[in-house]
Parts: sequence; C-alpha cells; structure tokens
Amino acid sequence: MNLDLFIMNGNGLYVWSAFAFTLFNFLILYKVTSKQLIKEKAKFAKKYESLNSDQVILAHKQSTNRTFVRTVAHKI
Amino acid sequence: MLSIITEKTKKVLISSKFRNLIFILFIIFLSVGLFEALILSPQDYLQSDSVRIMYVHVPSAWISLGIFSMIAFLSLGVIIFKNKNFVLISKSLAPSGFIFNLIALVTGSIWGKPTWGTWWAWDPRITSMLVLFLFYFLYLLSWKLFEKNKAVKISSYISIIGVINVPIIKYSVDWWATLHQPSSINVLSESTIHSSMLIPLFLMTAAFALFSVLIFLMKYNVELIKVKNKGLNRI
Repeated sequence: MNLDLFIMNGNGLYVWSAFAFTLFNFLILYKVTSKQLIKEKAKFAKKYESLNSDQVILAHKQSTNRTFVRTVAHKI
Repeated sequence: MLSIITEKTKKVLISSKFRNLIFILFIIFLSVGLFEALILSPQDYLQSDSVRIMYVHVPSAWISLGIFSMIAFLSLGVIIFKNKNFVLISKSLAPSGFIFNLIALVTGSIWGKPTWGTWWAWDPRITSMLVLFLFYFLYLLSWKLFEKNKAVKISSYISIIGVINVPIIKYSVDWWATLHQPSSINVLSESTIHSSMLIPLFLMTAAFALFSVLIFLMKYNVELIKVKNKGLNRI
C-alpha cells in the first residue's frame, strides 16, 4: 500500500480532514433533506387517503397533486 | 406567460426521474473528480500537497456565492411580482448555499494552517465570507422565527441587503492587502492555473454544482408538498 497517498509530504492530515469534512457535510445534508421529503410524502399520503371521492376529484384537478399521488401511490 | 413558464418548470422540478439523473451524474463527477484531485493532479511547487484542499475549498466558495446571488435575484422577483414559486425556489436553495459557505470557511481554515501558519486571520476575504455566512444564517433563521407572510418579506430583504457583500468578497483581494492571492481564474483573461490542476478543479465544481441541484430539488419537493398538504386541508 502506498503510504505517500496518506502522508502527502506531511500535509495528509490537513488534506484528508478537509475532504472528509466536505463529504461528511454532504452526507448529513442529503440525509436530513431525504428524511424531510419522506416525512412530508407520508403526511401527503395520509391526508389523501382521508379524502372522500368528491374531494379526490377536486384534488386531482391539480397536476402537481397527480404527480405527488404517483410518487406516494404505494402508501395509499 | 410567467405562470406558464413556472408551471412547466415546476413539472421538471418535481420529476423524480430528473432527480435520479442528477444523482447519478453527481456520483460520476464526484468519483472522477476525487480521483483527479487526490491522485492524478500534481503538487504545487510552493504549497506541496496542501494545494489539493483547493479542490474542495474553491468550488464551495464559488457555489455559495452563486446561490446567494440567485436567492437575492429571486427575492427581488418576490418583492416586485409577488411570485410564490420564487419564494419556494429561493427557500429551497438556501440550505445547500449555507452548507457550501460553511465548507468554504472550514476548509479555508484548514488550508490556512500549513500555508499561512494560522487557522484564522481577520483577512478581508475571510471576514467577508464570514459575513456572507451570517447573512445565510439570518435568512434561514427568519423562516424559523416569523410566520409565513412576514418571513417572505424579511428573508427577501435580508438577501437583497446581503448581496451587497458578494462583489466585496470577489474584489476584496484586489481592493485590500490580503493573505489571499489574486484571482487565478478570470472569465475575460487567460487562467494562470495549469490544465493539470484546472481539470480536477472544474470536475469538482461540476460535482458540487450537481449536488446543490440535487439538494435543491429535494428541498423544493419538501416545500411544495407542505403547500399541497395545506391545500388538501381546505378541500
């Protein structure tokens, strides 16, 4: 194994920690946003499920609602 | 006309296929970019391997500045046209801009230690980036503290006032004596960076830009579903 890649002429700690910090923040931001999206989709599915047939027809008139219904169809 | 454009844009923005495509492109660009930045690119004759920090620091700074400028531009649109979609777009852009600003500050501090011998200096470029970070923080905080209509107004004004700081950040290295070197990449003149360093820099910038688009799309969906959830209550 090439240790030079990790040591980087004595700068390894700085370089690797900068890259690790960046990727760690990417992961956290992705996870947090993903969790929020799942939560909101679940709320949407629950509310849609509670609508009566007339309300469903009304809600279905909006294209955005139709798109979201397709994405949460497995939960309804 | 504006409503037709925004409706068509909205369809693309909520499409999960488009989001998946951005995610795949991000992974490809990040993998190639990391390989180029950490293994293939050469050391600097003065800074040695610490120059590799540039490949995360510079794209983060560029993207955080770009996102804040976009938020300010959209906020102007919110105030003039009262367009609700602009509110959702600018609100969805803010989290990734904030994180990129944080990454730029922290990686800059890490880079400062081997290069300048200090973690922090009250240098004009660093200080103005810190000011931008505070504006991002205030923007996000305004959405937490105030009710919707008030938050729209306050956050819009925060971003419009904050955008004054963007040219200050850009030209701080020319206007004042600073530890930062002058710009190495200029749109109007030839770059002073060799292509062996320029290629990984652009690959990493593309990867970071794709990531910010991905987070924006996810956040936009979150905000739009929140609006739709309220709408379902009223039916």
